[in-house]
Amino acid sequence: MKRREFIRMTSYGVAGTAALSGVSTDWFGLYGNPTVDPGTEGERVVPSFCELCFWKCGILAHVKDGRVTKIKGNPKDPLSQGHLCPRGTGGTGLLYDPDRLQRPMIRRERRGSQEFEEVSWDAALNEVAENFERIKARYGASALALFSHGYGGNWMKHLFHAYGSPNIAAPSYAQCRGPRDVGFDLTYGWGVGSPENTDIKNARCLVLIGTHLGENMHNTQVQEFAEAIRNGATVITVDPRFSVAASKSAEWMPIKPGTDLALILAWMNVIIGEGFYDREYLEAYAYGFEQLREHVKPYTPEWAYTRTGLDPEQIRRTARMMAGARPATLVHPGRHVVWYGNDTPRSRAVAILNALLGSWGRKGGFFMPSTLEIPPYEYPGYLDPEGGRADRPDSSQYPLADEVLAQGVCNATIPSGIGDSRIKGWMVYGSNLPTTLPNPEETYRAIQELEFLVTVDVLPAEIVGWSDVVLPEATYLERCDEVYAPAWREPYVAVRQEVVPPMYDSKPGWWIARELGQRIGLPEFFPWKDSMEYAQTRLHDAGLDCEVLQRDGVIVGEPRPLYFEEGAPPVFYTTSGKIELYSQRLAEQGFDPMPTWHDGEVEDPPRGYYRLLFGRSPVHTFSRTTNNRLLSEVMDENGVWVNREVAERWGFKTGDRVYLQNQDGVRSSFSAPVKVTDRIHPDAVFVVHGYGRKARRLRQVYGKGIDDAELITRYKTDPVMGGTGMNVNFVTFLRAADVEAQVRQEGAEGAQVSAAEEESGRGGRRVALNEGVTTEVGGEVVS
Amino acid sequence: MSDVRYGMVIDTATCVGCAACVIGCKTENDTPSEYSRDWIYTLLQGEYPKLRLTIESQRCNHCENAPCVEVCPTGASHYGPGGTVQVNPDKCSGCKACIAACPYEARYIDPRSGAADKCTFCMHRIENGVATTSCQEICPTSSIHFGDLDDPESDVSRLLATREWYVLKPEAGTQPKHFYLR
Amino acid sequence: MNEITNTRHNHLIDPTMHVWGWEIPLYLFLGGMVAGIMIFTGVRMLRGKGEKTSTALSLLPWTAPVAISLGMFFLWLDLEHPFNAWRFYMAFKLSSPMSWGAWILLGIYPVSVLLAWITTPEPWKGLAREKLNGLPWVRSIDAWVHRRISLLAALNIVMGAALGIYTGVLLGTMASRPLWNSALLGPLFLVSGLSTGAAFMLLFGLSKEERLILSRADMGLIGVELAIMALWIIGLATGGSTSQGAVAMLFGGPYTAAFWTLVIALGLLAPLLGEWLELKHGAVPGKGTAILVLLGGFALRWILVFAGQATGWVSDIAMR
Repeated sequence: MKRREFIRMTSYGVAGTAALSGVSTDWFGLYGNPTVDPGTEGERVVPSFCELCFWKCGILAHVKDGRVTKIKGNPKDPLSQGHLCPRGTGGTGLLYDPDRLQRPMIRRERRGSQEFEEVSWDAALNEVAENFERIKARYGASALALFSHGYGGNWMKHLFHAYGSPNIAAPSYAQCRGPRDVGFDLTYGWGVGSPENTDIKNARCLVLIGTHLGENMHNTQVQEFAEAIRNGATVITVDPRFSVAASKSAEWMPIKPGTDLALILAWMNVIIGEGFYDREYLEAYAYGFEQLREHVKPYTPEWAYTRTGLDPEQIRRTARMMAGARPATLVHPGRHVVWYGNDTPRSRAVAILNALLGSWGRKGGFFMPSTLEIPPYEYPGYLDPEGGRADRPDSSQYPLADEVLAQGVCNATIPSGIGDSRIKGWMVYGSNLPTTLPNPEETYRAIQELEFLVTVDVLPAEIVGWSDVVLPEATYLERCDEVYAPAWREPYVAVRQEVVPPMYDSKPGWWIARELGQRIGLPEFFPWKDSMEYAQTRLHDAGLDCEVLQRDGVIVGEPRPLYFEEGAPPVFYTTSGKIELYSQRLAEQGFDPMPTWHDGEVEDPPRGYYRLLFGRSPVHTFSRTTNNRLLSEVMDENGVWVNREVAERWGFKTGDRVYLQNQDGVRSSFSAPVKVTDRIHPDAVFVVHGYGRKARRLRQVYGKGIDDAELITRYKTDPVMGGTGMNVNFVTFLRAADVEAQVRQEGAEGAQVSAAEEESGRGGRRVALNEGVTTEVGGEVVS
Repeated sequence: MSDVRYGMVIDTATCVGCAACVIGCKTENDTPSEYSRDWIYTLLQGEYPKLRLTIESQRCNHCENAPCVEVCPTGASHYGPGGTVQVNPDKCSGCKACIAACPYEARYIDPRSGAADKCTFCMHRIENGVATTSCQEICPTSSIHFGDLDDPESDVSRLLATREWYVLKPEAGTQPKHFYLR
Repeated sequence: MNEITNTRHNHLIDPTMHVWGWEIPLYLFLGGMVAGIMIFTGVRMLRGKGEKTSTALSLLPWTAPVAISLGMFFLWLDLEHPFNAWRFYMAFKLSSPMSWGAWILLGIYPVSVLLAWITTPEPWKGLAREKLNGLPWVRSIDAWVHRRISLLAALNIVMGAALGIYTGVLLGTMASRPLWNSALLGPLFLVSGLSTGAAFMLLFGLSKEERLILSRADMGLIGVELAIMALWIIGLATGGSTSQGAVAMLFGGPYTAAFWTLVIALGLLAPLLGEWLELKHGAVPGKGTAILVLLGGFALRWILVFAGQATGWVSDIAMR
C-alpha cells in the first residue's frame, strides 16, 4: 500500500473513531441532559381551605398564567399539616370541570316542552325574591325551607334566619352524624362534632366499628391512624367488610350486619365482669354504674355469638386488649352512623364503653378541644320564626333531635291525610337530595308539591334538573367564605380566599345571599361590602390581624390543656353533671335509659337477597366528586362487592355486569361490574356511594355504576332523634344481559306509557330536566 | 450530586392506598390525561376470614441496572442525578424499546410529545433544594420516604436497616432502588 | 385465592402491553428477508464466479435496498416522535441492539447497492453508466467496486447476517418479556430470515440449477429452524413460572391456533414436505411452497411481537 493511501486511511480512521466515540458519549459534553421541569410551580401561592369534602383542610393553591396548576397542603394548617388526600389535591378537577354550572337558569315551560333558559343574575334573583315573598305573604316565612351542605351554606343559613324560617336542615344530621352526637351528648354532655376530638395518634388500642379509615379519607384522622400504627398501636376492626383498616388490624371481627350493639354490650359484660374498668375514673365522674353492671349481666360473649356470629373467645380477647391499653383505648365513635334505626342506643353504647375504659378526656382517647373565639358579626337580631319547625309535626316525636331533620322537612312538603303540606318552597344549597335523602320517591313526590325550588350549586347534579331556578355558585377556589374556627387540639382560625376569579358567570355564596337579602327586605343583615370585609370586621373584634391570616392561611392560638390530667376541666353538660351511664333524660322520654338489645329489631335478608351496604372510596366524596375527571382517572365506576361463595352459587366472575333489585322491586337504573371477593360477609354486598348517576349533564359519571341511593326505598327512623337508618335494604342480582333484553322488549311498548305517566301520574308539572331515563341499553336510551 | 444515590422506601404498614400520591404527581408533573406515573397496587391473600391485604404505591424503580437505559438507542434514557433514571424528551424518538424492556411496565408514551415518560423522582424539585418528591410531600400517612441510600443517617437508610423490606421482581436483575417495608 | 387491583390504566400498557403494532412484524419480516437475500447473493458471488447467472438472479439483489427502505419506512411510522429519528445517529450504544440496528441499516445501503450494481446485467448497467458517469466519484467507485467483488460479497454476507440476527437479539435480550427472553431468538430470526429470503428468490424466474440449490438450502434451513424452535419452546417450558406462563400463550393461550397452523403446519412443515416430495420426484419446487414459507415467516414475527408484549413477570406474589 502506498504511503499516501496509508496516511489517508489512518486519518480517516482516527477521525472516524473520534466521531464515533463522540456519539457514544454526549458529543464531548456539548449535548447534555437538562432536568425537565414541568413548570407547575405557581407565580402566586394562595392559602385557603378545601371544599371537596367537609373536613376543610388548609391548602396552598399554585397559580400560574391565571390557572391553578396544583394544590398542596398548607404546612401551617393544623388539620392538613401540609398533606392532602387525593380529593384535595384533585381540586383542579372541580375548578375546570367542563360540566360546571355556568349561568343562572330559569325553568321555562313552553307548551309542554320543558327547558332551562339562561338568564341574567338580575332576572334569576328577582324570580327567587318574588317567589320567596309570595310564599311568605301567603303562608309565612316558615313555609320556606333550606337544605344546606357545605361551608358556603352559612350565608344561606344566615339569610333564612334573618327571613324568619326555622326550617334549616342539614342532611349531615339525620342522614349522617346525628345519632352519634345525640348519643354522646346524652352520655357526656358533649357532641362529638367535626373534626372529631378523637386522640387517634396517641391511642394504644384503636377500635373501629364500621369506620373505614383509609377509605374514609378525613385527612387528619388518617394521618393520626398512620401515626398510631407507627407507634405500635393495636387496631381492632368490627366490620362485615375487610376494609383497609381491617387489613391493618390485629383483630378483624367480621360481624353479621346489624348486630354491633350486641357486641358492644358483650364487651361491657366482659370488662365489667372481669373488673377491667377504670374504677377511679368512674367513681369520680360517672353516674349509673351499678345499674349498668346489672344491665349487662345477660350479655355474655356466648349470647353475643348467637346474634353476631363472632367467636366468643375473640370477643373476650378483644375486650381484654382494649382494657389492657386503657385509658389510651379509643373506641371510635364513627361518623356516618345511621344504619339500622337503633343508632342512638348504639352510639350511646360506644360512649359508655369509652367511659368504662376511662378514655374521655384522657390521652389516647378523646381530647378536650378548644376554640379560638371570634365574636360574631353584629347584626340586628333575627326575627322569631313564625310557625315552628316543620320537620316534626308532633313535638313528642324524636324528642331529643336538637337539629332539624332533613327528611322531616321533605315529608312536611307532602300533604298528609290531615291537611295541606306546611312547606311550600325549598332552597337547596350544595346538597344533592335525590342521592342524599332515603327513599328518593318521597323526595320526588315532595318536589312535585313544591310551589318553588331554587338550587345553588356548582355542578348540574340531579337536584338541579328539578329546580325552577338554578344559581351557579363559584367554586371554593374562586371565592371568599366565612372564616373557619373549629374546636380542635389547638384553637385556630382559617380563611378561605379567592385564588382565581370566578369563571363563567358564577358568583360566590355571600354575594348571592346578599343580593337575595336586599331583594327580600333584609339589607340590614348584609351591611358589609364583601365577605372579606365581613371577615376583617370579625377578626378585628377578636384582635387578630387579617393580613397575617390572608398571608398564612391560618392563625393558631395558644394551646390549652387537652386532657384532664393536664388540667382540662372535667365538665360534663349532662343533667347530673356527670357521665351518664344511665340516662335520666332517656328514661323520662320513655326510651331505654341504657342501650338494650331487642331481638327482632334487625331482620335477616330474605333468601337470595343480600343486605346493601355502602361506603367510601378514598378518591371520592360520593356524588360530590364522582364527576371530577382527575379523580375519575383512579376510579370512574363502582363495582358490587360479592362474597366469593355467594358469587360461586350465582355463577359470577369478577367483571360480570349486574343490576341490583331491592326487596320492594326497585331495580337500579344502570349496571355495575361484580367484584368477587373474600372481603365481604356472605350476608351483604357493598358498593361505593355516589355512582349510577342520572343527571345527563354530568357527562363523566352519568350512567356509570350503580346508585345505592335509589335502592334505599326503606329506612328505619331512630325514635330518639329521627336519624334515618339506611342499611335496611336487601338486594338481589339481575344479570345485565337479561335486564337489557327485557328492557329492549318493553321499550317499544313502554314509550307511550311513560309519556302518559308524566302527564298524569307525576302531576304533569315537574319533570327532571337533564336526567337520564330508566335504562340505557348499549348506548341507546330506552325507558 | 454525583455522590448521592437516591432511593425511595414505601411503608406498606401505613399506606392505605388512598392514591393521593397518584393525583398529586399528576398535578405536580402535568402528566397527560389518563396516564399515571405512579399507581396503587393491592394484593389480597388468604381465605375468608383469614385475609391479608398488601397495599403498595408503585412507580419506576430507578434501577441501578436499568434495562431501559441499556436498550435506548438514542441515549434519551440515561442515568441522571443521584443515579436516578431519566428521559431526555428531546432525544427520544419514541421507538418504545424502553417501554418493552421495563419489567415493571412503569413507562408510557406521552401523547403530547411522543416521548417516553415516567416517574422522575421529582428531580426538578430535588435539584432546586426541595427535600421531598411531590408524592412524598402529599402522602397523608407519610408512608413515602425518599433520600440518599449512601448516607447511613438518612431516613431511607435507617428504615432499610431496621425494618424488613422487599423489592419487586428481584429476579429480573434490575437492582431496583425502590423498596417496600413489610 | 389472590385478588389483585391496580389503579394504573396507561394506554397501550394496561391491561396488556401493545406498544408495538403491525409496523414492527412487517419490518422484522422484510428485514429478515433482505438478510437472506443479501447472504445468498453474497455467497453466490463468492462461489459462482464466472458461472452463468439468470437475469432474475442478477437483478434480485436490488430487492435488498428497496425492501429495506420499505421496512425502515414502517419502522419510522411506528415511532411516536418520528421527526426525532435522526437522534438514532447521534449516539451509538453498545448495550442497545436497537442502536446496532440503526447503524447496520445505514450500512446496508452502500453494501447492498454496490453489490446489486455489480450483478446488474449489461444492457441496464451500460445505460446507467451513460446517465451517471457525469457525476463526481461515480467512475472511480465503479472501477473500485469491480476490483473488489469478493470484498463486497463478504460484506454483504456479514451485514446480512448482522441484519438477520440483531432483531432477534433485540427481542431476545429483553428480560422483561419472557416469551422473547432467550439466546435462541437471534439464531431463530437469522435462520428464518435466510429461509424467507430463499423463498422470496424462488418466486422469480431463476434457472433450474439455481432453483434446486435454493430449494435444498431452504429445506435445510427449515429443518434447522424447527430444531431451534423446539429448543426455544423447551427452554421456556422448563423455566420458572414466568417462562411457563409465557409459553402458555402458544399452548392453550390466545395465540395457540395461529401459531400451530400458520407458523408450524403451513409455514414450516407443509413447505418442507412439499419441497421434499417435489425434489424426490425430480421436479423443481413451485411457487406454492415458497409462498407458504413467506406466510409462515411473517406469521411467526407477528405472533411473537404481539404475544411477547402481553407476557410479563408473574413471580411477585410470593415476595410479600
